[in-house]
Amino acid sequence: MNEAINVELKHTPLHGLHVAAGARMGPFAGYDMPIQYPDGVMQEHLHVRAAAGLFDVSHMGQAFLKTTQAPIGAPQAHEAIAAALESLAPGEFKKLKRGGLRYSVLLNDEGGVHDDFMATRPAMEAGDGKLFLVVNAACKEEDYALIADRLAGRAELDILDDRALLAIQGPKAAAVVDALFPGAGEQKFMTMVPTEWEGAYVLLSRCGYTGEDGFEISVPADDAERLAKALLAHDDVKWIGLGARDSLRLEAGLCLYGHDLDGTTSPVEGGIDFTIGKRRREEGGFPGADRILRELSDGPARRRVGILPEGRAPVREGAVILSADGAEIGVVTSGGFGPTLARPVAMGYVKAGFDAIGAALQVVVRGKPLPASVAATPFVPHRYYRG
Amino acid sequence: MSIRYTKEHEWVRVEGDVATVGITSHAAEQLGDVVFVELPDVGASFERNADMAVVESVKAASDVYAPVSGEIVSANGAIVDDPAKVNADPDGEAWFVKIRLSNREELDALMDEAAYKSFVEAS
Repeated sequence: MNEAINVELKHTPLHGLHVAAGARMGPFAGYDMPIQYPDGVMQEHLHVRAAAGLFDVSHMGQAFLKTTQAPIGAPQAHEAIAAALESLAPGEFKKLKRGGLRYSVLLNDEGGVHDDFMATRPAMEAGDGKLFLVVNAACKEEDYALIADRLAGRAELDILDDRALLAIQGPKAAAVVDALFPGAGEQKFMTMVPTEWEGAYVLLSRCGYTGEDGFEISVPADDAERLAKALLAHDDVKWIGLGARDSLRLEAGLCLYGHDLDGTTSPVEGGIDFTIGKRRREEGGFPGADRILRELSDGPARRRVGILPEGRAPVREGAVILSADGAEIGVVTSGGFGPTLARPVAMGYVKAGFDAIGAALQVVVRGKPLPASVAATPFVPHRYYRG
Repeated sequence: MSIRYTKEHEWVRVEGDVATVGITSHAAEQLGDVVFVELPDVGASFERNADMAVVESVKAASDVYAPVSGEIVSANGAIVDDPAKVNADPDGEAWFVKIRLSNREELDALMDEAAYKSFVEAS
């Protein structure tokens, strides 16, 4: 269990707080991160669904992508930066409104997913020409290199190594955040507002990756501990580790990069077609467009599906998927126990023709084929703020 | 005789020629919330160190090895029905199986409580 770690693990600005809270720490994407706290994964997971959980996601990469083709704040600046990002990702970024936030994917030349990320247009006109990016921790160096290489002469990256990122998720999150940031409770889903908290410049985004309402809060590293303590001071808020973060996003049917999405899977295969903008479907012009547009019209060779095992045995990543009559048709990419549903849940890729909701299949666990079926995702309904 | 322990964090309590086997409270704590247990059939035989049972938490699956060779004479269905018992009382109510010993000498290779305690502290 204790792998030899030769590289020095990095610490987030909140590392000391995790240790003080009794977290069991473990390596993740080069960081020493809290896997779980003394309550354990099950209680942490259920707490997020019932109240509010605080996650340290400071290991993720934060950066501003800035156009170099127009002055920041100039009338053409947003168009220029959106066009630059659209050359790497299939999203409709030109139409992104000020303060609007999008989930998207960086594509490789084969139309596979290089990484998934969030992009936000600054709320103020003065920020036109910039996009705030949040990328996966494990991919950030490669993402930055790809962006710098492909967008050389059009845009440059301002990497925000001096900021922490907190996520607060759950039905009580809005009330907690509103107490610190008055008005936040009314903030629209998938928008970002620049604000201030006790002298700290904060970017407050209403989004998350658990299926619950909530916020991601970008805060200067030096102010992160103070802000985390202020949020934790509320009775409804508890620290949540990466263990529960994984089971929460799995129940919400959300992909984990490197598992459910990778360089070989296209966004169509991955069932995240919504990342491909309407205009982009007509115009193309993103890496791997030939493949992706063909898959949109003809259907992909394989597709990501939700899987509900019938029994109680959790089905893990790597389990082979068989058709009802025993032919190998795919593989599980994420799986485990869903505490909200108190049953195993999984997702994986199956060949075309085997992806109908309710279709019977089998998953091989410790050499034994077990009955399962294709299920709609999310397994637990999303409860995003729609007010 | 008193309880013996393995380096794989199983405990063994012997009465007559039957050993009751479970996982230690240290193992249960490391696993976290147990959500699934698979036990061998009564009548099955195992060599020492063979995969005998499976215990899974939300995050991970772990094998449970036979600490001694022998035949399964009883399996604790209560922990299959309610896996959380493994966290609640790993040293008592949540025993896994009873094994009829085929080689008593294997017991000599297991740790006593003091040795196991220092083994856990050192790991």
